[in-house]
Amino acid sequence: MAGLAATFGSGAMTNDIAGMTKSDVALIIGSDTSEAHPVISARLKRATKDGMKLIVIDPKKIKMADYADIYACQRPGTDVAVLNGIMHLIIKNGWEDKEFIEERVEGYEALKAEVEKFTPEYVEQISGIPAKTLEQIAEMYGRAPTGALYYAMGITQHTTGVDNVKSTANLQMLCGNMGKVGGGVNPLRGQSNVQGACDMGALPVVYTAYQAVTNADVKDKYEKFWGCSLNAANGLPMTVAIDKAYEGEMKAFYVMGENPMISDPDLHHAEEAFKKLEFLVVQDIFLTETAKLAHVVLPASTWPEKLGTFTNTERKVQLLEKAVDAPGEAKDDWVIHQMLANKMGQKWDYNSADDIFSEIARCTPSYAGMTYNRLRQAGLHWPCPTVEHPGTPVLHIGRFTRGKGMMFAIPFKAPAEVPDAEYPIYLTTGRVLQQFHTGTMSRKSKGLNNLAGPSVMVSVEDAEAMGVSNSQMVRVTTRRGSIVTKAFVTKRMPKGTAYVPFHFAEAPANVLTNNALDPVAKIPEYKVCACKLEKA
Amino acid sequence: MLVTINGKQFEAEAGQTILQVARKHGIYIPSLCYHEKVGAAGKCRVCVVEVEGMRGLQTSCSVVVREGMTVSTRTEKAIQAQKLVVDLLLSSGTHDCLACAQNGKCELQDAAYYLDIEHPTLVFADMEPHCDESSEFIKVDHNKCISCGRCVAACQKTVTNDVLDFGYRGANTEIVFDDGKKMGDSTCVQCGECVQICPVGALTEKSVKGKARYWETERVKSVCPYCGVGCSMEIHVDRKLNKIVRVNGVESSPVNEGMLCVKGRFGYDFVDHPERLTTPLIRNDDGSFRKASWDEALDLVSTRLTEIKTKHGPDKIMGMSSAKVTNEENYTFQKFMRTVIGTNNVDHCARL
Repeated sequence: MAGLAATFGSGAMTNDIAGMTKSDVALIIGSDTSEAHPVISARLKRATKDGMKLIVIDPKKIKMADYADIYACQRPGTDVAVLNGIMHLIIKNGWEDKEFIEERVEGYEALKAEVEKFTPEYVEQISGIPAKTLEQIAEMYGRAPTGALYYAMGITQHTTGVDNVKSTANLQMLCGNMGKVGGGVNPLRGQSNVQGACDMGALPVVYTAYQAVTNADVKDKYEKFWGCSLNAANGLPMTVAIDKAYEGEMKAFYVMGENPMISDPDLHHAEEAFKKLEFLVVQDIFLTETAKLAHVVLPASTWPEKLGTFTNTERKVQLLEKAVDAPGEAKDDWVIHQMLANKMGQKWDYNSADDIFSEIARCTPSYAGMTYNRLRQAGLHWPCPTVEHPGTPVLHIGRFTRGKGMMFAIPFKAPAEVPDAEYPIYLTTGRVLQQFHTGTMSRKSKGLNNLAGPSVMVSVEDAEAMGVSNSQMVRVTTRRGSIVTKAFVTKRMPKGTAYVPFHFAEAPANVLTNNALDPVAKIPEYKVCACKLEKA
Repeated sequence: MLVTINGKQFEAEAGQTILQVARKHGIYIPSLCYHEKVGAAGKCRVCVVEVEGMRGLQTSCSVVVREGMTVSTRTEKAIQAQKLVVDLLLSSGTHDCLACAQNGKCELQDAAYYLDIEHPTLVFADMEPHCDESSEFIKVDHNKCISCGRCVAACQKTVTNDVLDFGYRGANTEIVFDDGKKMGDSTCVQCGECVQICPVGALTEKSVKGKARYWETERVKSVCPYCGVGCSMEIHVDRKLNKIVRVNGVESSPVNEGMLCVKGRFGYDFVDHPERLTTPLIRNDDGSFRKASWDEALDLVSTRLTEIKTKHGPDKIMGMSSAKVTNEENYTFQKFMRTVIGTNNVDHCARL
């Protein structure tokens, strides 16, 4: 999100889901769409049947590649080189949108100079994508009137995550694909309300709607609004806080509805960190791996048990009505916050989620025009500044949030860890369709568990080299740890790259992953590290 | 434009079919293979009507209205034809409603009721059961299938999974998965679109068997708790038991157009799972947990957080919010960390 905020002034998916079938060409890079966002993949697959061209670039030959006009397999962590290479060819052939660049973009000359050296041959050396294929991609994408770009964690979970995101934005501005239906930079968000959690200021540097905590005017506004004095210093991102806890610098964590003991990179490190805390409170629906380390565990209600709103990947705020009662004494998370705040001397007085939403609308410009009454009729895309405003399905029409769009010259940087003699295989991680995130919800379903258990996807060549066939056990080892899990031998993996889904506590991918972080976004490099594979 | 149906005039739009105009104005014409999502198939011939100036019976699902058109849906000829088709469909399958999960939402049942068919005219010997229960979540009962093709069209054109098709020939025609595999062995991803669009009890959720009937459940609109697409869903609730009976996608939602994936449609076991936390827990010195009251647990949290804040400062406390709880709850969490603890140390796992 940091990457898009710097580029456009707003870090979110720029276009809406309904418009996804209106593109001439779509480029999917770093999103296993049919596994992680199945309903969006359905629309894109349908669009290909109606004539939309599709380009897929992914180290794994994902299902979407079966529907693609061009599929290219890059080495993990080489996205900047690939995107720079595409832009090199587009500029060289004059397919860029000159008018758009002239009117709406700054930084073009620097970008042009940077991509100059990314010839197809040079990109082939770095990424492994044949020069010819890159030329085909550039021509198909560069010549199309409207192209949409889709990505997910395959772009962001890198030490160069912000660089990768900025490169996708560069490409879309270069082709004039911004601010129109069927175009856009579209990061597909992975959790039901991850967009909302960001919008609501559950981030260390911003209040709601990305209002910076270090901005004195904003702080002043919130001090008046909440009637108290506020801290002017940026807080810590979770990944950094865990490192500091490991060093004994943090004393207490209050964890709500997250399971960092599965999702955090380098789990052994995280466990040590949590054990060093003087006090850990976990508020969740199950005794998760993280809750087991807590001093106090608070039982919360879950999705169908409460009234409230989620904001989806396309910035659409939608209402959830309460369907069933929570078990036992479990309570809505906001009720627990209010009880605790009042124990600590506050006078919070919310009677329902609706009360809270009204307060949100008063301090959050992009939600200002939303009410429960409106949301009961239909969801609304932010920004929705007034009660008459219909919402904004497509961002940046005519003008970027920050004025002109900013192009950045992005040099290629290799991932923090690449294969070597000792650890010769690329390891990358991700999701499978039938499971979700840390498994707190999906792994409680017998049916879903029957459909998908832990495994490591390996190429036919690598499986043969270790003498392993389907379903035999394999040991996957990195510099951080080791797991033993079933081999899923598949032609979808290229030689030299293995894939481990991260949902499974019994074979946790994040024992293996590298906790090297992007310097700006502080996101860990889950998508690339080096491993070795052995028959177990 | 104006069209007349059964002697009454109705406003219609160019391009609408007779069936669409009739449905919009609450006039029931029995139909089976038509569904607005997959369009007219013109296969089942149940929706036939008489149109002035046109020879023979017309399928109302495929004939587009014209200015001044006069349609009769209940003439003797039309009813007789509708009845014949439904009667034969009832004869050629095992349509026993008593234990059928679709009872109350079955379009064949509705048609039979409307046409007053109590028993099929032709009664064949009992058919051999022909079910496929190999799939984790979906039951296929071929004897209830009326070959309307809605599931095939939905699998190919709506969710675009390209698994379902018609196989075999003539009287042996049936729906097949891939090249004739068992559903559970096929490439089916169990999104359940076929279940939602099936007009009869041929494709049903295994899990609903024996639970509350359609007319006993309350429908509650919600949003899927899994990925960030935000599919709009309708939760069917058994109020008496406080349980979810089934989950359907909301057809009118521009986000998902009725579609869901296997997790959204079937993955809600966690909600009333026996391992759910039901009381606050406090850790004992030996590492085990004991149950506590809300008052005791929150007193302890309040005391410890206040002590740590006083001794080490607010910035030694970290709050981890959640991408799985509501906006309202993220808001109150960050407000708690910022105003009560006094730190901006609040984050969630957007990056993880």
